[in-house]
Amino acid sequence: MNGGQDLGGAHGHGPVKPEPNEPVFHGDWEKRAFALTMAMVMPGGWNLDMSRFARENRPPGEYLSMTYYQIWFAALETMLKERDLVAEDEIAAGHSLHPAKPVKRILSPGDVAKTLHRGGSTERDTNTKAAFKPGDKVRAKNINPLTHTRLPRYVRGHVGTIERIIGCHVFPDSNATGAGENPQWLYTVRFDGHELWGDEGDPTSQVSVDAWEPYLEPA
Amino acid sequence: MSDHDHDHHHGHDHSELTETQLRVRALETVLTEKGYVDPAALDLLIETYEKKVGPRNGARVVAKAWADPAYRTRLLKDATPAIAEVGYAGRQGEHIVVLENTPKLHNMVVCTLCSCYPWPVLGLPPVWYKSAPYRSRAVSDPRGVLADFGVTLPKETEIRIWDSTAEIRYLVLPMRPAGTEGWSEEKLADLVTRDSMIGTGRPKSPKDIAK
Repeated sequence: MNGGQDLGGAHGHGPVKPEPNEPVFHGDWEKRAFALTMAMVMPGGWNLDMSRFARENRPPGEYLSMTYYQIWFAALETMLKERDLVAEDEIAAGHSLHPAKPVKRILSPGDVAKTLHRGGSTERDTNTKAAFKPGDKVRAKNINPLTHTRLPRYVRGHVGTIERIIGCHVFPDSNATGAGENPQWLYTVRFDGHELWGDEGDPTSQVSVDAWEPYLEPA
Repeated sequence: MSDHDHDHHHGHDHSELTETQLRVRALETVLTEKGYVDPAALDLLIETYEKKVGPRNGARVVAKAWADPAYRTRLLKDATPAIAEVGYAGRQGEHIVVLENTPKLHNMVVCTLCSCYPWPVLGLPPVWYKSAPYRSRAVSDPRGVLADFGVTLPKETEIRIWDSTAEIRYLVLPMRPAGTEGWSEEKLADLVTRDSMIGTGRPKSPKDIAK
Protein backbone atom coordinates (compact mmCIF):
# COMPACT_ATOMS: atom_id res chain seq x y z
CA MET A 1 0.00 0.00 0.00
CA ASN A 2 1.10 3.56 -0.67
CA GLY A 3 0.99 4.38 3.03
CA GLY A 4 2.85 6.39 5.62
CA GLN A 5 5.42 3.62 5.97
CA ASP A 6 6.82 4.06 2.45
CA LEU A 7 9.20 6.85 3.36
CA GLY A 8 12.10 6.66 0.90
CA GLY A 9 12.76 10.10 -0.62
CA ALA A 10 10.16 11.98 1.43
CA HIS A 11 11.01 15.53 2.51
CA GLY A 12 10.37 17.55 5.64
CA HIS A 13 11.13 15.00 8.34
CA GLY A 14 14.16 16.93 9.57
CA PRO A 15 17.58 15.73 10.66
CA VAL A 16 18.39 12.32 12.10
CA LYS A 17 18.78 12.64 15.85
CA PRO A 18 20.85 9.80 17.31
CA GLU A 19 20.39 9.40 21.07
CA PRO A 20 23.66 9.00 22.97
CA ASN A 21 23.84 5.80 25.03
CA GLU A 22 20.36 4.81 23.94
CA PRO A 23 18.82 2.02 26.03
CA VAL A 24 17.39 -1.04 24.25
CA PHE A 25 13.91 -0.13 25.49
CA HIS A 26 12.49 3.19 26.66
CA GLY A 27 10.38 2.17 29.60
CA ASP A 28 8.74 -1.01 30.76
CA TRP A 29 5.74 -0.85 28.43
CA GLU A 30 8.02 -1.06 25.37
CA LYS A 31 9.56 -4.26 26.74
CA ARG A 32 6.17 -5.83 27.30
CA ALA A 33 4.79 -4.67 23.93
CA PHE A 34 7.83 -6.13 22.18
CA ALA A 35 7.66 -9.44 24.03
CA LEU A 36 3.89 -9.79 23.56
CA THR A 37 4.31 -9.20 19.83
CA MET A 38 7.02 -11.85 19.61
CA ALA A 39 5.21 -14.38 21.81
CA MET A 40 1.83 -14.07 20.06
CA VAL A 41 3.11 -15.05 16.61
CA MET A 42 2.80 -18.76 17.40
CA PRO A 43 -0.67 -18.81 19.00
CA GLY A 44 -1.91 -15.98 16.75
CA GLY A 45 -1.06 -17.90 13.61
CA TRP A 46 -0.13 -14.86 11.53
CA ASN A 47 3.07 -14.38 9.53
CA LEU A 48 5.60 -11.55 9.34
CA ASP A 49 4.04 -10.01 6.22
CA MET A 50 0.59 -9.93 7.84
CA SER A 51 2.17 -8.16 10.84
CA ARG A 52 3.84 -5.62 8.60
CA PHE A 53 0.57 -4.88 6.84
CA ALA A 54 -1.24 -4.50 10.17
CA ARG A 55 1.41 -1.94 11.18
CA GLU A 56 1.36 0.14 8.00
CA ASN A 57 -2.40 -0.04 7.37
CA ARG A 58 -3.43 3.20 9.07
CA PRO A 59 -3.73 6.87 8.06
CA PRO A 60 -0.25 8.24 7.28
CA GLY A 61 -0.68 11.07 9.80
CA GLU A 62 -1.37 8.54 12.50
CA TYR A 63 1.54 6.31 11.43
CA LEU A 64 3.97 9.21 11.49
CA SER A 65 2.88 10.50 14.89
CA MET A 66 3.17 7.15 16.66
CA THR A 67 6.35 5.73 18.14
CA TYR A 68 7.70 2.44 16.87
CA TYR A 69 6.39 0.30 19.69
CA GLN A 70 3.05 2.10 19.66
CA ILE A 71 2.72 0.96 16.04
CA TRP A 72 3.72 -2.58 16.95
CA PHE A 73 1.25 -2.66 19.79
CA ALA A 74 -1.62 -1.20 17.74
CA ALA A 75 -0.97 -3.84 15.06
CA LEU A 76 -0.96 -6.58 17.69
CA GLU A 77 -4.35 -5.41 18.98
CA THR A 78 -5.71 -5.31 15.42
CA MET A 79 -4.57 -8.83 14.59
CA LEU A 80 -5.89 -10.24 17.86
CA LYS A 81 -9.29 -8.62 17.34
CA GLU A 82 -9.52 -9.68 13.67
CA ARG A 83 -9.09 -13.28 14.79
CA ASP A 84 -11.48 -12.97 17.75
CA LEU A 85 -8.69 -13.85 20.16
CA VAL A 86 -9.31 -10.71 22.21
CA ALA A 87 -12.22 -8.23 22.29
CA GLU A 88 -12.12 -4.50 23.00
CA ASP A 89 -14.27 -4.87 26.14
CA GLU A 90 -11.61 -7.20 27.56
CA ILE A 91 -8.79 -4.68 26.99
CA ALA A 92 -10.98 -1.97 28.55
CA ALA A 93 -11.73 -4.18 31.56
CA GLY A 94 -8.15 -5.46 31.82
CA HIS A 95 -9.44 -9.02 32.19
CA SER A 96 -10.57 -11.93 30.07
CA LEU A 97 -14.38 -11.79 29.79
CA HIS A 98 -15.00 -14.40 27.10
CA PRO A 99 -13.90 -18.02 26.73
CA ALA A 100 -10.45 -18.45 25.18
CA LYS A 101 -10.37 -19.71 21.61
CA PRO A 102 -8.29 -22.85 21.22
CA VAL A 103 -4.82 -22.13 19.77
CA LYS A 104 -2.32 -24.59 18.36
CA ARG A 105 0.66 -23.76 20.55
CA ILE A 106 1.96 -21.12 22.85
CA LEU A 107 5.55 -20.04 23.42
CA SER A 108 6.85 -21.73 26.56
CA PRO A 109 9.90 -20.40 28.42
CA GLY A 110 11.78 -23.54 27.40
CA ASP A 111 11.14 -22.80 23.71
CA VAL A 112 12.35 -19.19 23.66
CA ALA A 113 16.06 -19.74 22.99
CA LYS A 114 15.39 -22.52 20.45
CA THR A 115 12.74 -20.55 18.59
CA LEU A 116 14.88 -17.42 18.35
CA HIS A 117 17.95 -19.38 17.28
CA ARG A 118 16.04 -21.28 14.61
CA GLY A 119 14.47 -18.14 13.14
CA GLY A 120 12.36 -18.51 10.02
CA SER A 121 14.12 -18.83 6.69
CA THR A 122 12.10 -17.42 3.80
CA GLU A 123 14.05 -19.31 1.13
CA ARG A 124 12.10 -22.05 -0.68
CA ASP A 125 12.91 -24.78 -3.18
CA THR A 126 11.77 -24.23 -6.72
CA ASN A 127 11.91 -25.94 -10.07
CA THR A 128 11.48 -22.66 -11.96
CA LYS A 129 14.37 -20.79 -13.55
CA ALA A 130 15.26 -17.21 -12.68
CA ALA A 131 14.17 -14.91 -15.51
CA PHE A 132 17.02 -12.43 -14.99
CA LYS A 133 20.75 -12.71 -14.55
CA PRO A 134 23.38 -10.36 -13.13
CA GLY A 135 23.96 -7.40 -15.46
CA ASP A 136 20.44 -7.43 -16.93
CA LYS A 137 18.69 -4.08 -17.13
CA VAL A 138 15.27 -4.16 -15.51
CA ARG A 139 12.51 -1.67 -14.82
CA ALA A 140 10.67 -1.73 -11.49
CA LYS A 141 7.03 -2.00 -12.45
CA ASN A 142 4.58 0.77 -11.73
CA ILE A 143 2.39 -1.14 -9.30
CA ASN A 144 0.10 0.44 -6.70
CA PRO A 145 -1.57 -2.35 -4.75
CA LEU A 146 -3.87 -1.46 -1.86
CA THR A 147 -2.44 -4.43 -0.01
CA HIS A 148 1.07 -5.12 1.31
CA THR A 149 4.01 -4.84 -1.06
CA ARG A 150 7.78 -4.50 -0.60
CA LEU A 151 8.49 -2.49 -3.74
CA PRO A 152 9.03 1.07 -2.48
CA ARG A 153 7.48 3.91 -4.47
CA TYR A 154 10.79 5.66 -5.08
CA VAL A 155 12.02 2.91 -7.44
CA ARG A 156 8.79 2.26 -9.33
CA GLY A 157 9.14 3.03 -13.02
CA HIS A 158 12.92 3.34 -12.75
CA VAL A 159 15.57 1.29 -14.53
CA GLY A 160 18.21 -0.56 -12.59
CA THR A 161 20.66 -3.41 -12.98
CA ILE A 162 20.37 -6.92 -11.58
CA GLU A 163 23.36 -7.28 -9.30
CA ARG A 164 22.71 -10.64 -7.69
CA ILE A 165 20.25 -13.52 -7.78
CA ILE A 166 19.48 -14.07 -4.11
CA GLY A 167 17.30 -17.16 -4.38
CA CYS A 168 13.65 -18.12 -4.36
CA HIS A 169 11.85 -16.53 -1.40
CA VAL A 170 8.35 -16.25 0.06
CA PHE A 171 6.48 -13.49 -1.82
CA PRO A 172 5.21 -10.93 0.73
CA ASP A 173 2.44 -9.59 -1.52
CA SER A 174 0.77 -13.04 -1.42
CA ASN A 175 1.82 -14.04 2.07
CA ALA A 176 0.41 -10.87 3.66
CA THR A 177 -3.12 -11.50 2.38
CA GLY A 178 -3.23 -15.17 3.37
CA ALA A 179 -2.96 -16.23 -0.29
CA GLY A 180 0.00 -18.48 0.48
CA GLU A 181 3.75 -18.19 0.24
CA ASN A 182 3.86 -18.21 -3.58
CA PRO A 183 7.72 -18.21 -3.60
CA GLN A 184 9.36 -16.09 -6.30
CA TRP A 185 12.90 -15.37 -7.44
CA LEU A 186 14.46 -12.53 -5.50
CA TYR A 187 17.17 -10.19 -6.80
CA THR A 188 19.33 -7.34 -5.60
CA VAL A 189 18.64 -4.52 -8.05
CA ARG A 190 20.94 -1.50 -8.13
CA PHE A 191 19.87 1.99 -9.25
CA ASP A 192 22.01 5.07 -9.91
CA GLY A 193 21.27 8.04 -7.68
CA HIS A 194 20.70 10.17 -10.77
CA GLU A 195 18.14 7.70 -12.19
CA LEU A 196 16.12 7.86 -8.97
CA TRP A 197 16.47 11.52 -7.99
CA GLY A 198 17.43 13.36 -11.18
CA ASP A 199 19.72 16.35 -10.85
CA GLU A 200 19.08 16.49 -7.12
CA GLY A 201 20.59 13.02 -6.75
CA ASP A 202 24.11 12.47 -5.44
CA PRO A 203 26.08 11.38 -8.54
CA THR A 204 28.36 9.25 -6.36
CA SER A 205 25.48 7.30 -4.82
CA GLN A 206 23.82 4.07 -5.79
CA VAL A 207 20.83 2.52 -4.08
CA SER A 208 19.75 -1.09 -4.15
CA VAL A 209 16.54 -2.81 -3.20
CA ASP A 210 15.83 -6.51 -2.98
CA ALA A 211 13.02 -7.12 -5.45
CA TRP A 212 10.99 -10.19 -6.32
CA GLU A 213 10.61 -11.16 -9.97
CA PRO A 214 6.92 -10.10 -10.23
CA TYR A 215 8.08 -6.52 -9.43
CA LEU A 216 10.40 -6.41 -12.45
CA GLU A 217 10.23 -6.28 -16.23
CA PRO A 218 13.03 -6.29 -18.83
CA ALA A 219 14.21 -2.80 -19.78
CA MET B 1 7.37 7.64 12.05
CA SER B 2 7.83 9.66 15.16
CA ASP B 3 10.97 9.77 17.22
CA HIS B 4 8.94 10.75 20.27
CA ASP B 5 10.80 8.00 22.06
CA HIS B 6 13.33 10.75 22.64
CA ASP B 7 10.82 13.30 23.67
CA HIS B 8 8.96 11.44 26.35
CA HIS B 9 11.99 11.76 28.56
CA HIS B 10 11.21 15.44 28.61
CA GLY B 11 7.57 14.91 29.46
CA HIS B 12 6.35 15.70 25.96
CA ASP B 13 3.39 13.42 25.28
CA HIS B 14 2.93 11.98 28.70
CA SER B 15 -0.81 11.40 28.76
CA GLU B 16 -0.70 9.52 25.46
CA LEU B 17 2.00 7.21 26.73
CA THR B 18 0.18 6.61 29.98
CA GLU B 19 -2.78 5.46 27.91
CA THR B 20 -0.49 3.13 25.96
CA GLN B 21 1.11 1.85 29.15
CA LEU B 22 -2.32 1.00 30.57
CA ARG B 23 -3.42 -0.78 27.42
CA VAL B 24 -0.23 -2.82 27.23
CA ARG B 25 -0.66 -3.89 30.84
CA ALA B 26 -4.34 -4.72 30.26
CA LEU B 27 -3.61 -6.75 27.14
CA GLU B 28 -0.87 -8.73 28.84
CA THR B 29 -3.29 -9.64 31.64
CA VAL B 30 -6.00 -10.68 29.16
CA LEU B 31 -3.61 -12.78 27.08
CA THR B 32 -2.17 -14.42 30.19
CA GLU B 33 -5.61 -15.21 31.62
CA LYS B 34 -6.60 -16.77 28.31
CA GLY B 35 -3.48 -18.92 28.37
CA TYR B 36 -2.06 -17.46 25.14
CA VAL B 37 1.16 -16.17 26.70
CA ASP B 38 3.36 -17.33 29.53
CA PRO B 39 4.76 -14.25 31.34
CA ALA B 40 7.98 -16.18 32.05
CA ALA B 41 8.52 -16.51 28.28
CA LEU B 42 7.98 -12.75 27.93
CA ASP B 43 10.63 -12.10 30.58
CA LEU B 44 13.06 -14.35 28.74
CA LEU B 45 12.44 -12.59 25.41
CA ILE B 46 13.13 -9.23 27.02
CA GLU B 47 16.22 -10.47 28.82
CA THR B 48 17.58 -11.96 25.58
CA TYR B 49 17.46 -8.67 23.69
CA GLU B 50 18.41 -6.48 26.66
CA LYS B 51 21.35 -8.51 27.86
CA LYS B 52 22.51 -11.12 25.35
CA VAL B 53 21.91 -10.03 21.78
CA GLY B 54 23.40 -6.68 20.83
CA PRO B 55 26.08 -4.91 18.80
CA ARG B 56 28.82 -6.59 20.81
CA ASN B 57 28.02 -9.73 18.77
CA GLY B 58 28.59 -7.92 15.49
CA ALA B 59 31.75 -6.33 16.88
CA ARG B 60 33.20 -9.80 17.51
CA VAL B 61 32.41 -10.82 13.94
CA VAL B 62 34.05 -7.68 12.54
CA ALA B 63 37.10 -8.04 14.77
CA LYS B 64 37.52 -11.66 13.70
CA ALA B 65 37.33 -10.62 10.04
CA TRP B 66 39.99 -7.95 10.65
CA ALA B 67 42.30 -10.39 12.41
CA ASP B 68 41.77 -13.53 10.33
CA PRO B 69 41.97 -13.18 6.52
CA ALA B 70 40.53 -16.67 5.88
CA TYR B 71 37.52 -15.83 8.06
CA ARG B 72 37.09 -12.50 6.27
CA THR B 73 36.94 -14.34 2.93
CA ARG B 74 34.31 -16.77 4.25
CA LEU B 75 32.32 -13.92 5.78
CA LEU B 76 32.20 -11.90 2.58
CA LYS B 77 31.38 -14.95 0.48
CA ASP B 78 28.58 -16.42 2.62
CA ALA B 79 27.97 -14.51 5.82
CA THR B 80 25.19 -16.51 7.48
CA PRO B 81 27.26 -19.69 8.11
CA ALA B 82 30.39 -17.63 8.86
CA ILE B 83 28.48 -15.70 11.53
CA ALA B 84 27.01 -18.95 12.89
CA GLU B 85 30.60 -20.16 13.41
CA VAL B 86 30.92 -17.43 16.04
CA GLY B 87 27.60 -18.54 17.55
CA TYR B 88 25.13 -15.99 16.22
CA ALA B 89 22.07 -16.97 14.19
CA GLY B 90 18.32 -16.91 14.07
CA ARG B 91 15.44 -14.46 14.11
CA GLN B 92 15.91 -11.51 11.73
CA GLY B 93 19.29 -12.85 10.68
CA GLU B 94 18.33 -15.88 8.64
CA HIS B 95 19.98 -14.51 5.49
CA ILE B 96 22.84 -12.15 6.27
CA VAL B 97 25.08 -10.42 3.73
CA VAL B 98 28.25 -8.59 4.80
CA LEU B 99 29.28 -5.45 2.90
CA GLU B 100 32.91 -4.43 2.87
CA ASN B 101 33.83 -0.75 3.12
CA THR B 102 36.93 0.31 1.20
CA PRO B 103 38.59 3.69 0.61
CA LYS B 104 36.57 3.87 -2.64
CA LEU B 105 33.23 2.51 -1.45
CA HIS B 106 31.12 3.28 1.61
CA ASN B 107 28.11 1.09 2.39
CA MET B 108 25.11 2.23 4.40
CA VAL B 109 22.05 0.18 5.38
CA VAL B 110 18.44 1.31 5.75
CA CYS B 111 14.93 -0.10 5.72
CA THR B 112 12.74 2.57 4.15
CA LEU B 113 9.55 0.49 4.56
CA CYS B 114 9.83 -0.54 8.21
CA SER B 115 12.72 -1.42 10.50
CA CYS B 116 14.53 -4.48 9.08
CA TYR B 117 17.82 -4.92 10.92
CA PRO B 118 20.20 -7.85 11.55
CA TRP B 119 19.12 -8.74 15.10
CA PRO B 120 21.54 -11.62 15.85
CA VAL B 121 24.57 -9.38 15.28
CA LEU B 122 23.28 -5.90 16.18
CA GLY B 123 20.34 -6.52 18.53
CA LEU B 124 17.20 -4.41 18.22
CA PRO B 125 17.48 -1.23 16.14
CA PRO B 126 17.91 2.19 17.77
CA VAL B 127 15.03 4.68 17.52
CA TRP B 128 16.75 6.81 14.87
CA TYR B 129 17.08 3.80 12.53
CA LYS B 130 13.29 3.35 12.62
CA SER B 131 12.53 7.07 12.42
CA ALA B 132 11.15 9.00 9.45
CA PRO B 133 14.19 11.29 9.09
CA TYR B 134 16.57 8.36 8.54
CA ARG B 135 14.22 6.22 6.46
CA SER B 136 13.28 9.11 4.17
CA ARG B 137 16.71 10.62 3.55
CA ALA B 138 19.14 7.69 3.64
CA VAL B 139 18.28 6.79 0.05
CA SER B 140 18.07 10.30 -1.41
CA ASP B 141 20.57 12.32 0.64
CA PRO B 142 23.11 9.89 2.11
CA ARG B 143 25.82 12.51 2.57
CA GLY B 144 23.38 14.75 4.41
CA VAL B 145 22.45 11.87 6.70
CA LEU B 146 26.12 11.08 7.32
CA ALA B 147 26.63 14.74 8.23
CA ASP B 148 23.93 14.33 10.91
CA PHE B 149 26.24 11.69 12.39
CA GLY B 150 29.29 13.94 12.04
CA VAL B 151 30.74 11.79 9.24
CA THR B 152 32.21 13.38 6.10
CA LEU B 153 33.40 11.15 3.29
CA PRO B 154 35.86 12.18 0.59
CA LYS B 155 34.00 13.60 -2.42
CA GLU B 156 35.16 10.81 -4.69
CA THR B 157 34.10 7.97 -2.38
CA GLU B 158 31.13 6.14 -3.83
CA ILE B 159 28.20 5.58 -1.50
CA ARG B 160 26.08 2.51 -1.78
CA ILE B 161 22.80 2.40 0.11
CA TRP B 162 21.19 -0.97 0.76
CA ASP B 163 17.44 -0.76 1.30
CA SER B 164 16.44 -3.91 3.21
CA THR B 165 13.18 -4.54 1.37
CA ALA B 166 13.25 -8.36 1.66
CA GLU B 167 14.44 -10.79 4.35
CA ILE B 168 18.12 -10.27 3.56
CA ARG B 169 19.85 -8.50 6.44
CA TYR B 170 22.95 -6.41 5.83
CA LEU B 171 25.97 -5.85 8.07
CA VAL B 172 28.74 -3.41 7.14
CA LEU B 173 32.35 -4.51 7.59
CA PRO B 174 34.06 -1.19 8.35
CA MET B 175 37.69 -0.49 7.47
CA ARG B 176 40.17 -1.55 10.11
CA PRO B 177 41.57 1.51 11.89
CA ALA B 178 45.24 2.33 11.36
CA GLY B 179 47.65 1.65 14.19
CA THR B 180 46.06 -1.65 15.24
CA GLU B 181 48.62 -4.05 13.77
CA GLY B 182 49.01 -7.16 15.88
CA TRP B 183 45.98 -6.39 18.11
CA SER B 184 43.98 -9.31 19.51
CA GLU B 185 40.39 -9.88 18.35
CA GLU B 186 39.17 -8.94 21.81
CA LYS B 187 40.97 -5.60 21.69
CA LEU B 188 39.90 -4.93 18.10
CA ALA B 189 36.25 -5.57 19.03
CA ASP B 190 36.40 -2.62 21.44
CA LEU B 191 36.90 -0.34 18.42
CA VAL B 192 33.82 -1.53 16.56
CA THR B 193 30.77 0.68 17.07
CA ARG B 194 27.18 -0.19 16.24
CA ASP B 195 26.92 2.72 13.80
CA SER B 196 30.06 1.60 11.96
CA MET B 197 28.26 -1.69 11.22
CA ILE B 198 25.19 0.17 9.88
CA GLY B 199 27.33 2.52 7.81
CA THR B 200 26.49 5.74 9.66
CA GLY B 201 29.70 5.87 11.65
CA ARG B 202 33.33 4.91 11.76
CA PRO B 203 35.06 2.53 14.15
CA LYS B 204 36.88 4.14 17.04
CA SER B 205 40.60 4.77 16.66
CA PRO B 206 43.25 3.48 19.11
CA LYS B 207 43.44 7.09 20.36
CA ASP B 208 39.70 7.15 21.14
CA ILE B 209 39.88 4.19 23.48
CA ALA B 210 43.15 5.32 25.07
CA LYS B 211 41.34 8.40 26.42
